[in-house]
Amino acid sequence: MSEHVYRDLSLNGLWKNNPALVQLLGLCPLLAVTASVVNALGLAAATLFVLVCSNTAVSLIRNVVSDAVRLPAFVMIIASAVTCTELLMQAYAYELYQILGIFLPLITTNCVILGRADGYASRNPLGRSAFDGAMMGLGFGVVLVLLGALREIFGTGALFADMDLLFGPAAASWKIVLVEGYQPFLLAILPPGAFIFTGLLIALKNRIDSGIERRAAARREAPVRGSKRVRVTGTIS
Amino acid sequence: MKVLGQSITRNGLVLSAFAVATAVLIAGTYLQTRERIAAEQRAAEERALLEIVPREAHDNSLLDDTLPAPVGEDKLKLAEPRSIYRARRDGRVETVLVPARAPDGYSGAIDLVVGVDRDGTVAGVRVLEHRETPGLGDKVDRRKSDWIDDFAGRSLQNPAPAQWKVRKDKGVFDQFTGATITPRAVVAATRRTLEYVKANEATLFAGGTTPAAAEAAPAVESGP
Repeated sequence: MSEHVYRDLSLNGLWKNNPALVQLLGLCPLLAVTASVVNALGLAAATLFVLVCSNTAVSLIRNVVSDAVRLPAFVMIIASAVTCTELLMQAYAYELYQILGIFLPLITTNCVILGRADGYASRNPLGRSAFDGAMMGLGFGVVLVLLGALREIFGTGALFADMDLLFGPAAASWKIVLVEGYQPFLLAILPPGAFIFTGLLIALKNRIDSGIERRAAARREAPVRGSKRVRVTGTIS
Repeated sequence: MKVLGQSITRNGLVLSAFAVATAVLIAGTYLQTRERIAAEQRAAEERALLEIVPREAHDNSLLDDTLPAPVGEDKLKLAEPRSIYRARRDGRVETVLVPARAPDGYSGAIDLVVGVDRDGTVAGVRVLEHRETPGLGDKVDRRKSDWIDDFAGRSLQNPAPAQWKVRKDKGVFDQFTGATITPRAVVAATRRTLEYVKANEATLFAGGTTPAAAEAAPAVESGP
């Protein structure tokens, strides 16, 4: 039973109910920071951390706060979690803090976080809420990084540039130049490119989903062919 | 009515308790990280300065030998008070590190620091903060490209003032593929800073205004 819950939570966060591709939440930072992998990764990590913290805290206090004031209470929790993350990042990852700039405090307004606090953590026990936060954060982060990679490849013809800002001097050599002398493709790097690539990712996901559905439907129909019961129950179109 | 009053009181108390608890949490984190953050900021600032004036080239503490940089000054175009740092050797000011702002970047202002030697040549330029397009305009950042090194050794005579422009404007400085506005803004800001230093040469390179200089003064007299 409990394994089911965790499997469903993972599936929901990473695929079925992906915050970025299905719920379309948190698009503002998603579109703004995904011009390169390193920026996307930085924001993904910060969002994941805040999401786990806020889900945990909200789940802990879910029986204390009345319905009428739950939203202000959640917002306070989220805002303080973000502020603390910002301070910690400033102290221990100053370079990354400088890169993310305004998008770090703006995590507070990321609807994914309030959405999960109100939609899941406020009515589920601690362990599941924290796990849900982790999976939603991961689902959001994967899309961020994927989008960052696509835009970096199409925009600059290289991948993993400037990773040393995040992983220290050793990572400076991670940059992979895919096309020598690539003419920068401005559209991919500027905000319109973010919209286009997000749209393409959503289309790809829908295509995969409908493929899975078709195959599942085909499998469901096959065994009942010829059975008499099929004429009495179910819908035939 | 009484029930309503009770629920308002209760909710108010719960929210206040939350406000206090979260404030305590933030205050605690702030106190824990305050010193480290200040140290990181100072270190980041010093790193940028030391890239222009290497440690071997001066013998004073850069961050402690400053002059105020005027806000609203026509050439530097600063938006908030900053400091001019002075690098000394044997008490004599060899290089001044002047903050400047290019208000006409592609996406907002670009903050620079320009190092100018005693003879009016550029020791180096660094971009401290910018919001230029990643992959295009952000090549003015030394971490992304070494374009900015082209300024080192230049002065108001090299090239002539009319050529302190990007190539597209018939100047001598390269622009980037796909980005002309950013380098144009940086070139112009650097030229303006050089003009500011030239106009204020006497104050900027004057010695003897700090304790460090006073201590070093005898050494200068006994020197060559």
